[in-house]
Amino acid sequence: MTKLIVDGKEIDVPPDYTLLQACEAAGAEIPRFCFHERLSIAGNCRMCLVEVKGSPKPIASCAWGVRDCRPGPNGEPPVVNTKTPMVKKAREGVMEFLLINHPLDCPICDQGGECDLQDQAMTYGVDSSRYAENKRAVEDKYIGPLVKTIMTRCIHCTRCIRFATEIAGVPELGAIGRGEDMEITTYLEHAMTSELQSNVVDLCPVGALTSKPYAFQARPWELIKTESIDVMDAVGSNIRVDTRGREVLRILPRLNEEINEEWISDKTRHVADGLRTQRLDQPYVRERGRLRPATWSEAFAAIAKRVNALRSKEIGAIVGDVASVEEVYALKDLMTRLGSPHIDCRQDGPAIDPSLGRAGYLFNATIAGIDEADGIMIIGANPRKEAPILNARIRKRWRTGDLKIGVIGEKADLTYAYTYLGAGPETLATFVKHDRAKLKKQIWLIGQSALARPDGQAVLSMFAKAAISVGGLADGWNGFSMLHTAASRVGALDLGAVPGKGGLDAAGMAKEDALEVLFLLGADEIEVEKGAFVVYIGTHGDRGAHRADVILPGAAYTEKSAIYVNTEGRPQLANRAAFPPGEAREDWAILRALSDPLGAKLPYDSLADLRRTMISAFPHLGKLGEIEHADPAAIEKLAKLGGKTDKAAFASAVRDFYLTNPIARASAVMAECSALAAGRPRQAAE
Amino acid sequence: MLADKDRIFQNLYGLHDWGLEGARKRGGWDGTKGFIEKGRDWIIEQIKASGLRGRGGAGFPTGLKWSFMPKQSDSRPSYLVVNADESEPGTCKDREIMRHDPHLLIEGCLLAGCAMGANAGYIYIRGEYIREREHLQAAIDQAYEAKLIGKNNIHGFDFDLYLHHGAGAYICGEETALLESLEGKKGMPRLKPPFPANVGLYGCPSTVANVESIAVAPDILRRGAAWFAGFGRPNNLGVKLFCISGHVNKPCNVEEAMSVPFRELIEKHAGGVRGGWDNLLAVIPGGSSVPLVPAAQIIDCPMDFDALKDLKSGLGTAAVIVMDKSTDIVRAIARISYFYKHESCGQCTPCREGTGWMWRVLTRMAEGTAARREIDLLLDVANQVEGHTICALGDAAAWPVQGLIRHFRGEIERRIDEYSAKSRHEPVAVAAE
Repeated sequence: MTKLIVDGKEIDVPPDYTLLQACEAAGAEIPRFCFHERLSIAGNCRMCLVEVKGSPKPIASCAWGVRDCRPGPNGEPPVVNTKTPMVKKAREGVMEFLLINHPLDCPICDQGGECDLQDQAMTYGVDSSRYAENKRAVEDKYIGPLVKTIMTRCIHCTRCIRFATEIAGVPELGAIGRGEDMEITTYLEHAMTSELQSNVVDLCPVGALTSKPYAFQARPWELIKTESIDVMDAVGSNIRVDTRGREVLRILPRLNEEINEEWISDKTRHVADGLRTQRLDQPYVRERGRLRPATWSEAFAAIAKRVNALRSKEIGAIVGDVASVEEVYALKDLMTRLGSPHIDCRQDGPAIDPSLGRAGYLFNATIAGIDEADGIMIIGANPRKEAPILNARIRKRWRTGDLKIGVIGEKADLTYAYTYLGAGPETLATFVKHDRAKLKKQIWLIGQSALARPDGQAVLSMFAKAAISVGGLADGWNGFSMLHTAASRVGALDLGAVPGKGGLDAAGMAKEDALEVLFLLGADEIEVEKGAFVVYIGTHGDRGAHRADVILPGAAYTEKSAIYVNTEGRPQLANRAAFPPGEAREDWAILRALSDPLGAKLPYDSLADLRRTMISAFPHLGKLGEIEHADPAAIEKLAKLGGKTDKAAFASAVRDFYLTNPIARASAVMAECSALAAGRPRQAAE
Repeated sequence: MLADKDRIFQNLYGLHDWGLEGARKRGGWDGTKGFIEKGRDWIIEQIKASGLRGRGGAGFPTGLKWSFMPKQSDSRPSYLVVNADESEPGTCKDREIMRHDPHLLIEGCLLAGCAMGANAGYIYIRGEYIREREHLQAAIDQAYEAKLIGKNNIHGFDFDLYLHHGAGAYICGEETALLESLEGKKGMPRLKPPFPANVGLYGCPSTVANVESIAVAPDILRRGAAWFAGFGRPNNLGVKLFCISGHVNKPCNVEEAMSVPFRELIEKHAGGVRGGWDNLLAVIPGGSSVPLVPAAQIIDCPMDFDALKDLKSGLGTAAVIVMDKSTDIVRAIARISYFYKHESCGQCTPCREGTGWMWRVLTRMAEGTAARREIDLLLDVANQVEGHTICALGDAAAWPVQGLIRHFRGEIERRIDEYSAKSRHEPVAVAAE
């Protein structure tokens, strides 16, 4: 620890602190534009100048280490001043320089109201301009469909360049020209290709980079901000949903060091327009081959007519990818009451058996655990597409050095260097009898594509064996990590939403004439063949709704209070930010209402009741935000399963990153991104 | 006046052979092995004793700078980097060394490398220096061939020397920008600390030194530190190349003792000021970045670091720009201001925005189309740029402006008054309806 006197107050800070951190620790506020905690230090905006006793010049506190400060002549601690006239004058000077070429277009700027430059100009600037010359104008650049540029506003802090290079790992942004002609650009004006690119909008301290889909939509002070959880992938990024009236206008990241830090993927952020289009806002019933709008009671009557005429075994349910634990619990409860064993949450068919134990399907190493890992083996996954935030975490760890990464499966650009070991189970088999590696904290990451295949169980067993023999499990460290792609999956597995004794799995239920009645709880990734009477409970007119005989309109993730369990097994609460459209209702309430005419009335009348019942059966779901670590014995059990693997190579579970769920498929922005990523030409909407 | 025998750069004017043979005739490469055998500490002691101060402009004691390099390697190699990106307007000394006496530089590199424990040296040469590069590269090849440098050379200290050609950016003469450029990145200055002696080229301990500082080292060792220290005033010792340009009768490069009076320097070597001493207006004594000094103050001033510092200017690179009374001094400084605006790298705010602002205001002042209050504004802007930037380019851009206002405020005011006094019959602008 190093002693320091900041504004006359003595403090003790670690010697690796920068002066800026030390000043903040002492309670002094230091303005800044270029400095950002998660990016490298550029020291170029010069806004954070402070006075250090003994130095004739003010010092950029973001770039000056506490250990670089010299003690006084008699060994007194270094003296730092942040409120002297010298500092005030320096800040005013820098602020004036920043403003001379910054346009006065705040009234039409989307950053207005949440602009660092605006705020700091109010606090640290002078009231009038002394600059009489013409302002510089800079041509706007095309950098993709998500980020809008008004480059005249740029103050050249280079946060965006550093983000693209360091965090996203796709160094597509740079500065050309020098002096006052310096411009930020992708040079050839092609779209950025990172899945995290929109974070530059949050990073930009001015309105140079703003969100293109959100352009001119709203002012920040008009919006109601609701803290929530993302469901676009199984990471469970913490988000803030901004709404005006009943419309979700934008989604922003929320700080959670253990999950997404302060980034979110482009899909998480820009799926908002998908919440408005293709929505199911009233029940439908199929009559003579056509769906017709119906009332809730008509729809329930149609279902009851079919169900009550059946023997119990011929009814099934498939849970979709964005369902919350409450509705899965209600659905499972309903199926049990109807006496059916046919329920499955694994619509893409991975061979996961929750009865062996929870550790067998969690990302046991945890996302924050990646920071401690010294070796990562990626099998049958492309984390960049399946969980971009988790991939950024791996890259963050990789950048600090001393990390060995191996990949078995698809040879893709993951934004970090890795050793490519092979494509399929044969390569994995070489690790089963491998010597223990010297690495202390290994992560063995397996993706869904390695499991969603005929030999999935054998692959999983082999994976567990390999992880154990190479040393993925150690005292206090469980490196067995399964990467899920569906936000609902871990929660549904926790609840045991898998076929009971004699029950059919998802693929079995979808087969022609396998069942008489099939409930789809937002399950759109599976093709249900003809035969069954399909009841679709969901939000969007997607594949499931097209196949349905009765449609019951549900609520999307921003429209209900719901618990989601992420791939680490961390339950998190998503809050309601808006109301479902039209006659749509919350899914658990639909199931509760439906249970009555089916003669299997569910015993809870409110969400609180439902949660209470559920949590008493599954206590860990009540510990919001916490991970209940699972017993690694499950992995030993998995290893003992054995089985024969075939030779097919592993692929990635996500083919098109932008179109993985019904909400994303309804979004025009995601469609444009998808077309761009696939290299298809852009088409104007007619 | 410096005697011919005391000149280090005996082929400054290119009258003799610049190659290895010629260099040997002039005493180059003589006794080099002996110096290296005496060890790095001895070399540094000698350089310290000679009182040599860096010739690149800042005047930092050379021996002290060399001694900052780590004595024990922490597995990282050390590097010597020679700054041959001589771009300061008015300065043209290093090019003469490189094209007419390149072996002095190469020998200096070997000795400096030995003193720093650096087995590799990089010379970063300015983009526009084509002939200089050809000569220097040829000389390096000669030295390799004669086994004077390279692996297993006759001096017993492995030393590789590489010549890198820049692309002509002024900012790449700033030591850390030079390192960035040498690494293949955009030439933008780094934040200091860490200083290059800690984290320099490719993250390894490095010392960046000016061509002249390195090229004089062999002769200091050969002739003795005491000989070198015998010239100049205390703290400003040695001999120095002066580049005299501007309104003198015979502009030239000349090697002189430090602290030579300005009058003597100009009379003896440059044939006096054009139109006589009474016609002298002002002098920029150390390259475009130092503040100008009006005639009366400089005529009998000794040309060295401390004396010029007392005049609130500096010796800089000793590029003496002489301006007689025919000079439009405001326009001259406006032009210098344009140079800095054009060469600012754009990284940090005060320099990026301030250099353009200063240039624009000065351009108007040169015409007189400014207001009197703008003089104080300009000075204030210059003060806001100075000392607030990452590198010294901000200071270099501010100093000439400060110098102009300090000494020629009256001239600017006169012009503004004259312009506003002129009655102009310009049509009043009317907005189109």
